[in-house]
Amino acid sequence: MEKLNNQQIIEALQKTFGEDAVYGIGESHGILQVTTHVDNIVPMMHFLYADPILKFQFLTDLAGIHFPEAKGQELGVVYHLHSLENNVRLWIKAYAPIEAPNFPTITGLYATANWMEREAFDFYGIIFVGHPNLIRILNVDDMDYHPMRKEYPLEDATRHDKIDEMFGR
Amino acid sequence: MSEIALVNSPNVGLDKTQKGGPYVNDLSTLNLGPTHPATHGIFQNILTMDGETIVDAEQTVGYIHRAFEKIAERRPFYQITTLTDRMNYCSSPINNMGWHLTVEKLLGIEVPKRAQYIRVIMMELARLADHIVCNSILAVDTGALTGFLYVYQWREHIYEIYEELCGARLTTNMGRFGGMERDLSKVAIEKINVLLEGLPKGLKEFEGMVMRNRIFMDRTQNVGAISAERALNYGFTGPNLRAAGVDYDVRSLNPYSSYEDFEFDVPVGTKGDTYDRFLVREEEMWQSLRIIQQAMDNLPEGPYHADAPHYYLPPKQEVYKNMEALIYHFKIVMGEIDAPVGEVYQSVEGGNGELGFYLVSDGGRTPYRLKFRRPGFIYYQAFPEMIKGSSLSDAIVTMSSMNVIAGELDT
Repeated sequence: MEKLNNQQIIEALQKTFGEDAVYGIGESHGILQVTTHVDNIVPMMHFLYADPILKFQFLTDLAGIHFPEAKGQELGVVYHLHSLENNVRLWIKAYAPIEAPNFPTITGLYATANWMEREAFDFYGIIFVGHPNLIRILNVDDMDYHPMRKEYPLEDATRHDKIDEMFGR
Repeated sequence: MSEIALVNSPNVGLDKTQKGGPYVNDLSTLNLGPTHPATHGIFQNILTMDGETIVDAEQTVGYIHRAFEKIAERRPFYQITTLTDRMNYCSSPINNMGWHLTVEKLLGIEVPKRAQYIRVIMMELARLADHIVCNSILAVDTGALTGFLYVYQWREHIYEIYEELCGARLTTNMGRFGGMERDLSKVAIEKINVLLEGLPKGLKEFEGMVMRNRIFMDRTQNVGAISAERALNYGFTGPNLRAAGVDYDVRSLNPYSSYEDFEFDVPVGTKGDTYDRFLVREEEMWQSLRIIQQAMDNLPEGPYHADAPHYYLPPKQEVYKNMEALIYHFKIVMGEIDAPVGEVYQSVEGGNGELGFYLVSDGGRTPYRLKFRRPGFIYYQAFPEMIKGSSLSDAIVTMSSMNVIAGELDT
């Protein structure tokens, strides 16, 4: 069987969801990445799962990410999919504004997304609409902020022994 | 008295007039953990029990969360290695190597063959140590203490080999970007040969004692089973997935660090139960020994690290008398070297599954975002499904055989 190449995946996605549905197409060390609109995530995941050739049926990971500079698209989610049969990996990215960081849940398709989405909620405050149990997972329940967001510095801001200027940074 | 018992049960408001009195179908809540000797780590399970049978389970994790992903966003790449070996502390060299491979991929460093082979040896030793812990403790949990003592001395021996390579035993911080910090010493080679000679005997003894033991088989067969389909859906990887019958092994599917040079089998189970997980781990130990033997036999000559002065710490003697070495030493130690912009995902076959590193670099001295794919975190969520309907003692054995490491799960 000929190995599935990235061009085929792009074509299949564009054929099904339209030319405009996937953008930001890129490749990083052999792994294809596409960006899509938040509304497309669930149908796209289902399509990739059910397609008899693509068979992206393994959700490797789900990572939240925060870009404070990108206005209107501050919070993002990177879905790491893996087609075990073809041994091809794929990243699907989607972004939402920080005021309304609503993403659809994919727990209906992948049971494993349950804790992954809880983790992204815990650390980035991303709301996964329809998640069965969207509560904090690693942090304490009464924490009132989402610590992985970039506005929270890691170290105490009042410390003066580690100012960047001292190190020429 | 009866009122108190009812308040504590989830079935408050039970119809007390029904036949058999208020205690028919009465469920009780049991707190297993957070600190319990049988959970081997800090996990809390709130079990809803009907007598001795588990009806439902709810997990609480995060008791030893140390915010590694946040800390990593402020640390230069070298200082993140020490975070990785505090994740899965049963097989820390694998974590270290996985992180080094990730950074090397981002920086585009070519690692010499000898260094790759040494890495393979260390990673397989780490896998042996991990599986020795998991399997022998599983036997202890079913009541067989002696077998544990036969193999545990070899874990100690493996730690001595770590010491030869990096000076540390548990949190190893082993290797550098581009290779190893030292070559295999004479003592290390001797110790590895002793291991290759001695561990098979210990392992045989252990297997003879446990593998076909009637009590052990009764305790583990058909306990905590999961189908291949459910296991994939739950994101299982590593021995737990292979026990369910899926032959996914990162080492053979996406070889890294020259794994393609070695011949080894990927054992799979059929039922995905505790006994299968035990058998898969046992066979993997034999395969690890096979890989180490091949690596020792074909160990290539040559340098044990890449020529990458920007990232590889120069030898200390050089630092004192050579200006370039001093500059690089300073820059590396202070973390003053900017990494290229890029996005990388690298995974390795960890002791308990696919250990992945998703690194986003914006060109600064620290990662912009670093996400650890911890296998334990991902498959532990299937635990309630696996123990529902079984007894409490089965839950203990199932948890033990899943090889969940608290440090890794909570990062």
